[in-house]
Amino acid sequence: MTARERLAGGTANFIDERTGAAKWMKKTLTKVFPDHWSFMLGEIVMYSFVILLLSGTFLTFWFDPSMKEVEYEGSYEPLSGVKMSAAYASTLNISFDVRGGLLMRQVHHWAALIFMAAMVIHMMRVFFTGAFRKPRELNWIIGVALLTLGIVEGFLGYSLPDDLLSGTGIRIAEAILQAIPVVGSYLSYFLFGGAFPGEVFVQRIYAAHILLIPGIMLALITVHLMLVWYQKHTQYPGPGKTEKNVVGYPLMPVYMAKAGGFFFIVFGVTAFLGAVASINPIWIYGPYNPGQVGAGSQPDWYMGWLDGLVRLAPPIETHAFGHTISWNILIPGLIVPGIIFTLLAFYPFIEQWMTGDKREHHILDRPRNNPNRTAIGAMSLTFTLVALINGGNDLIATHFDLSINQIMWFSRIGIIALPPLAFVITKRICLSLQRADRELVLHGRETGRLVMLPHGEFIEVHEPLSPEKAYLLSHHEQNPPLALNSEDAQGVANPQGLKGRVRSRFSRAAQEQVAKPTPKEVLELEEGHY
Amino acid sequence: MSNENSGAVEKLSDPGLPEHVQRKTDVDPRAAKKAERQVSILFALSAVGTILFIYSYIWIPEDTFIFLPITGTTNAHQLFLGLGLAMALFFIGMGAVHWAKTLMPDHEVVDYRKEQRSKDEDRAALVATVKEGAANAGLGRRPLIKRTLGVALGLVGLSPLLLLRDLGPLPGDELTKTNWKQGTRLVTDPGDRPIRPSDLEVGGVAQVQPAFPAGKVRHLDDIAKDSVLLVRLRPEEFNLDTERLSWTHEGIIAFSKICSHMGCAVALYEQTTKHLLCPCHQSTFDVTRAAKVIFGPSARPLPQLPITVDSEGYLVAQAPFNEAVGPSFWERDS
Repeated sequence: MTARERLAGGTANFIDERTGAAKWMKKTLTKVFPDHWSFMLGEIVMYSFVILLLSGTFLTFWFDPSMKEVEYEGSYEPLSGVKMSAAYASTLNISFDVRGGLLMRQVHHWAALIFMAAMVIHMMRVFFTGAFRKPRELNWIIGVALLTLGIVEGFLGYSLPDDLLSGTGIRIAEAILQAIPVVGSYLSYFLFGGAFPGEVFVQRIYAAHILLIPGIMLALITVHLMLVWYQKHTQYPGPGKTEKNVVGYPLMPVYMAKAGGFFFIVFGVTAFLGAVASINPIWIYGPYNPGQVGAGSQPDWYMGWLDGLVRLAPPIETHAFGHTISWNILIPGLIVPGIIFTLLAFYPFIEQWMTGDKREHHILDRPRNNPNRTAIGAMSLTFTLVALINGGNDLIATHFDLSINQIMWFSRIGIIALPPLAFVITKRICLSLQRADRELVLHGRETGRLVMLPHGEFIEVHEPLSPEKAYLLSHHEQNPPLALNSEDAQGVANPQGLKGRVRSRFSRAAQEQVAKPTPKEVLELEEGHY
Repeated sequence: MSNENSGAVEKLSDPGLPEHVQRKTDVDPRAAKKAERQVSILFALSAVGTILFIYSYIWIPEDTFIFLPITGTTNAHQLFLGLGLAMALFFIGMGAVHWAKTLMPDHEVVDYRKEQRSKDEDRAALVATVKEGAANAGLGRRPLIKRTLGVALGLVGLSPLLLLRDLGPLPGDELTKTNWKQGTRLVTDPGDRPIRPSDLEVGGVAQVQPAFPAGKVRHLDDIAKDSVLLVRLRPEEFNLDTERLSWTHEGIIAFSKICSHMGCAVALYEQTTKHLLCPCHQSTFDVTRAAKVIFGPSARPLPQLPITVDSEGYLVAQAPFNEAVGPSFWERDS
């Protein structure tokens, strides 16, 4: 036994005698993970979270979360002698007088953008492949909670430097708070310690940004991963893959090397962006002053769609009995986002209600094989995209020489008209793709080779698909819609009839399919009974 | 309501997992050796990155600037520090992934799932345990304990809420008040100088604040409510009722600069159209018609400050704002 083996053995022995970890580790190290590029999206989210923790910790060593007024004396000349908050001054200090400080600030901001983007794309992957179905509904809800927290966390983060842009964002957040009926102005006065902007909000959101919210997120991420671990990962359909097995690579060594390596790749790319791509140059904006604003003020992209909704809201306020309700703020700022996130969180159960399917699913859907769900996804994305476009209406207007009024009206009409259109088009495309799959399985691939038959007829030679491909294109389930009677056997209307009819209607929509080829049809074709 | 495969169409037969395909590195020792070299080169590149990082941190002065295409003038210290870090991290990752893909075994392994649901007897045992535990605790038999515990827990939950009370003062009527009073002079922002009508040309705009008595410091809280924008037009350009017209002076009209939508500074004035535009959400106000909203999400005009001149000819407020400035709130009565 070499010295190294003795050391490793001794350590392992020490730990196992105190924890009994060997049994668990033995199973863990051989755990099988299915492999697919889209499974890396969630990894990117986790890795950027780690990068955020590391770079964020670095930043806390110098950032001063205080709104005490100071006179700037650092090395950035243009702001020399300007009065500003200690928060803003210390952010300038990190950017100009701490070696690697600007790099870390930019890494932190880029990692936040990547974190949010990867989270959204990961969620789209989970949605469109139906990975949220039983038994994974809880993990879906945790994911929606993480997305919501991520948006808040990002907003609070870029509000900390107390620059002109971030202060404008905080002012808008304050207006939303203030618009809440009955308690709004009280909430605002409590959060800001008095009138806006006051002298405390930076230290308060700092506590939330570096401790409270990341703590909750870390806990949720841990549960999210434990559930993935315990429930075993989903897998894409294909020959040999069933609802009862997991096909992939063992954790040790392949997955460890790939996943561990991928962490360094994500970190490397983030560091590269932080090195070459300037982001949030707060020294250009200047310190916050509520009497000023920068033209083209924009939130970060994950807040942009919310800002876009606020921008396109119609100007409606109710004044009655000495009180004011600002529908122009409440609807786009709280009510619509509230509905969207609630529907998002409950979607797995909504789909179960529509299909009546309460079984476990571990094989992912190809998006075309669930046209209704895919269309709902496309519809939601279209809604968000129109809102996001409108959130940048001022920049679009100046860059493309359009009038801001045109863009606003396009968005106002588009946010109502385009999502249903996207639903219909997506559903049709999915059904067409199903039809194409059916053709492929039944008639094989068009080879482009033309053959003249003895009697002069030309035909194109079709090559049959491999059994693997044919299986992939036809493995999926197709279930009939729920049969819910609105009348009983004697023809008496069921008191629950309306509910049943509505559910039947949704169920029919959810199960609309192009019939997939059956083995019988394939057999008939093979035997030449055209 | 489960339709256990009811009417589901039967499947084509599953051909099973495709046969394992050997990689070049599995069969050709030379290819394996080559892959090994590639992995080592990637790890070595990472080391070079760290050396670049250390070099930049210590030896490139922080005020060194170089010119690069696309990014323009760039701080070399920060750039090479970042590039060194990026290389150091990225190539470790590339090396590990390349290693896993070429040299580590790539035989797919099959593991089996079991249903998440516990066995019926386990569930029954759990129910029994819980029932027994509850019975042993006697909650059902001793309602007095149950009720007092409920009250105690409910009250304990109140204390953190109470502790939060001192987060801030109550708003009172503060939201409806500004520092503008009858006779308050308008002073330039920045500069704090009183202004005469002649200081503002026709077509010009200026941001003003209320003059503060000596010794009183202007805080951001004050600016957030008091900021006023002066616009000077030719008097005949106004389209106002007589009261509002009497609030102007020699074609100078004063509006709260704090947007009536969400409180941003209404900072953009378009001289040709005489429109004020809020850059946050594009609410657009017509100066000639007392800042009527002509576009965007704001539901109210900007409050107008009545102005006139004092005995020394300086612009002053005739009266305070007659409504609350800034975004709406529940207690706002107009």
